[in-house]
Amino acid sequence: MKNKIPRVPVREQDPVARIGNFQEVCYGYNEQEAMLEASRCLDCKNPKCIVNCPVNIQIPQFLHEVEKGNFEEAARIIAMDSSLPAVCGRVCPQESQCEGACILGVKNEPVAIGKLERFVADWSREHGVRFTSKEPSNGFKVAVIGSGPAGIACATDLAKMGYDVTIFEALHEPGGVLQYGIPEFRLPKESVVKTEIDNVKALGVKIETNVVVGRTVTIDSLMDDEGFAAVFVGSGAGLPKFMGIPGENLNGVVSANEFLTRSNLMRAYDPDYETPIYVGKRVAVVGGGNVAMDAARTAKRLGAEVTVVYRRTEKELPARVEEVHHAKEEGIVFRMLTNPVMVLGDDKGWVRGLTCIKMELGEPDDSGRRSPKPLKGSDFDIETDVVIMSLGTSPNPLIANTTPGLETNRWSCLVADDYGVTTREGVFAGGDVVTGAATVILAMGAGRKAASAIDSYIKNKKG
Amino acid sequence: MYKIVRKKFLTPAIALMDVDAPRMAKSAKPGQFLIVRVHEKGERIPLTICDYNSEKGTVTIVTQVVGASSRRICNMEEGDSFTDFAGPLGQPSEFIHMSREELGAKRFLFVAGGLGTAPVYPQVKYLHSMGAKIDVIIGAKTKDMVIFEEEMGAVCDNLYICTDDGSYGRKGLVTQMLKELLDKGEEYDQAVAIGPMIMMKFVTLSAKEYNLPLIVSLNTLMVDGTGMCGACRVSVGDQVKFACVDGPEFDAYKVDFDEAMRRQGMYKSIEAEADHKCKIGLGN
Ligand SMILES: Cc1cc2nc3c(=O)[nH]c(=O)nc-3n(C[C@H](O)[C@H](O)[C@H](O)COP(=O)(O)OP(=O)(O)OC[C@H]3O[C@@H](n4cnc5c(N)ncnc54)[C@H](O)[C@@H]3O)c2cc1C
Ligand SMILES: Cc1cc2nc3c(=O)[nH]c(=O)nc-3n(C[C@H](O)[C@H](O)[C@H](O)COP(=O)(O)OP(=O)(O)OC[C@H]3O[C@@H](n4cnc5c(N)ncnc54)[C@H](O)[C@@H]3O)c2cc1C
Ligand code: SF4
Ligand code: SF4
Ligand code: FES
Repeated sequence: MKNKIPRVPVREQDPVARIGNFQEVCYGYNEQEAMLEASRCLDCKNPKCIVNCPVNIQIPQFLHEVEKGNFEEAARIIAMDSSLPAVCGRVCPQESQCEGACILGVKNEPVAIGKLERFVADWSREHGVRFTSKEPSNGFKVAVIGSGPAGIACATDLAKMGYDVTIFEALHEPGGVLQYGIPEFRLPKESVVKTEIDNVKALGVKIETNVVVGRTVTIDSLMDDEGFAAVFVGSGAGLPKFMGIPGENLNGVVSANEFLTRSNLMRAYDPDYETPIYVGKRVAVVGGGNVAMDAARTAKRLGAEVTVVYRRTEKELPARVEEVHHAKEEGIVFRMLTNPVMVLGDDKGWVRGLTCIKMELGEPDDSGRRSPKPLKGSDFDIETDVVIMSLGTSPNPLIANTTPGLETNRWSCLVADDYGVTTREGVFAGGDVVTGAATVILAMGAGRKAASAIDSYIKNKKG
Repeated sequence: MYKIVRKKFLTPAIALMDVDAPRMAKSAKPGQFLIVRVHEKGERIPLTICDYNSEKGTVTIVTQVVGASSRRICNMEEGDSFTDFAGPLGQPSEFIHMSREELGAKRFLFVAGGLGTAPVYPQVKYLHSMGAKIDVIIGAKTKDMVIFEEEMGAVCDNLYICTDDGSYGRKGLVTQMLKELLDKGEEYDQAVAIGPMIMMKFVTLSAKEYNLPLIVSLNTLMVDGTGMCGACRVSVGDQVKFACVDGPEFDAYKVDFDEAMRRQGMYKSIEAEADHKCKIGLGN
């Protein structure tokens, strides 16, 4: 029986070795392993996995090709629905999406869909397989703001439809969170991220870095002076939140965004690069999402003892299960039901500790989550040299503030419908800037939907 | 790549450069800054936009050697290119929202400390072109460190120069000059101080005695310069602001200078390692 084969384990770097380097933790499947794992798929009549993939990849179809060893065909099937398989195969929260719905998961372990998607994408890259076929140029110019997953996906589709696309990126390297946020040991920059960027360029998309829309140019100037027929805003949710507790401006308190940007975008972990990073001996990370796990595991690799402080319980941790598991293997300490109330400083203004309070979970609120409540008098101190705040992010208001007619909601997200249509004619938006911090696959899906909406808009208008 | 089309040393440790950056030259305004990276492995270094020429498509920067990265910038030659040059960043000075009529009726005082003279220049030049009356105090350690004297003289009404050692102009600190002017009964609608953090702190204390409205430009540590990291946060009144997007200019009386100075030194020991060679400090 097919479903009697156990899930093929994936090879990983040993935890003791990997906390000393920034190389990828997971090695991925080889061809034999991939074919065996793919053979576990039951080819369901009503595949639940497809429904639970936000971009509805034809999962059993591509698995079937992998099983037969037709990797290029598998890649073609995936490419119909996803423009970033090497990324999503690595970072999607599969346990709550495709794999969470796999029928095999009811009694046994689900098919390792993510790892197989990654295998196909890596195989394609190593074998030079690219899907760059495109329609002839139609002469219309479209501007894409931001080079994260939303922008890349939108630009890719538009370029394939024959549009003349330029991506404007504020930072010096394209990729968005894939470049500045998610660490090398989860998402290799040179082999994976750069390849995705090269694929977009191979379709003729131009990327202008160092252009801060709202400052260097505006959406108005792009449309009125530079002749862009439509604009897609995929500027993400990059503005970090702080807690507003005493001591938060002490030396040694940083946002996860700052810490990760120094390490990833600026490569501060590599002594050849000039940007400094400060970790001290002990690091406390506040928060429980993917960002918190990434910051914690980065600090570990830079030599610190790391504690994650989270106000709910392990069950509520928003981070991917795999990341929490890896973090634990790497010796990161978790303090659950714990919330900081004050950062303690020494006489020179540097962090020396964190006063926390114990929490308990109350009744479920409207969202069904049990909200944590502080336990009076349970304060205690944690000694630490660095505090990394990882409390979530919201969209940067710069673009909304400099674009008349572009409305935001009370979370400062751009208002847009399912197709990315905003309140301003000709301007579309998708990804984190619309939803607030979410996932790569949702951002990518939003970018693709907006691309088709932009296509209809331009064709309707200019006939 | 962003080519250096002109370079000259203003002092042995301060270099001026015109850099080819057409998009930025078109949109830059007084009070804004940019971020430069010298090479692929370099830091992102914030520098004030000291002038801009939209016809030539160039932006002028003035850099003082204080550490490894600023030395690298100053060592670049005409014809070389910066890997990255992003901006303009930050809010323009508030007065750019005022009309010619309003500005024509106003009198400004600028207090420039050392290198701070460079970022003061585009503001004075702009205000002059709008018909405002402007006095400028330039303070420097010694005669050799006085920059932009001629340029500044051409766009302001009165220029006062003081040096710490008395080697040029008046001997003494800018705060003494400031008090002297105000004691003499000079009246200004608005003052602006730009220079090392410590100098801005003391100018703020002095100006307060005379209730002179004062704006300062904060040179905090920065990484991205776009509001993404919070490295640049400062306490202004009872709020935490990001200098790169909410500033760099703030109401001087609300700024917590002691905190700002302490935060500036956050990477001092690490940076010192990267730069053993002798340093010419910013004065703080
Ligand atoms: C540390 C970290 C770990 C994560 N881990 C996961 C994970 O494991 N799995 C997962 O699915 N998701 C994860 N996420 C979330 C995921 O990365 C985001 O949801 C996704 O990247 C959003 O894509 P986007 O294209 O909307 O925006 P972004 O990726 O944020 O890209 C936006 C881009 O726009 C640029 N930009 C912003 N403003 C301007 C402007 N004014 N002008 C020009 N350019 C501008 C930015 O510089 C940036 O490059 C993680 C996020 C972080 C921060
Ligand atoms: C908005 C803004 C505008 C600026 N404009 C100019 C300008 O026009 N010309 C110019 O020469 N410099 C300017 N600076 C300062 C400049 O960015 C720093 O001097 C530079 O980053 C130092 O880098 P370094 O590697 O050479 O020195 P480092 O080795 O990093 O530091 C050497 C010493 O300088 C101090 N230092 C580091 N960064 C800063 C900083 N941002 N401000 C003050 N002291 C610092 C350090 O604490 C240390 O003592 C500006 C800064 C900001 C934020
Ligand atoms: S894109 Fe994500 S959710 Fe969809 S199949 Fe791949 S890993 Fe699963
Ligand atoms: S649900 Fe699982 S077993 Fe069924 S088709 Fe999808 S991957 Fe295969
Ligand atoms: S420099 Fe990063 S937010 Fe200001």
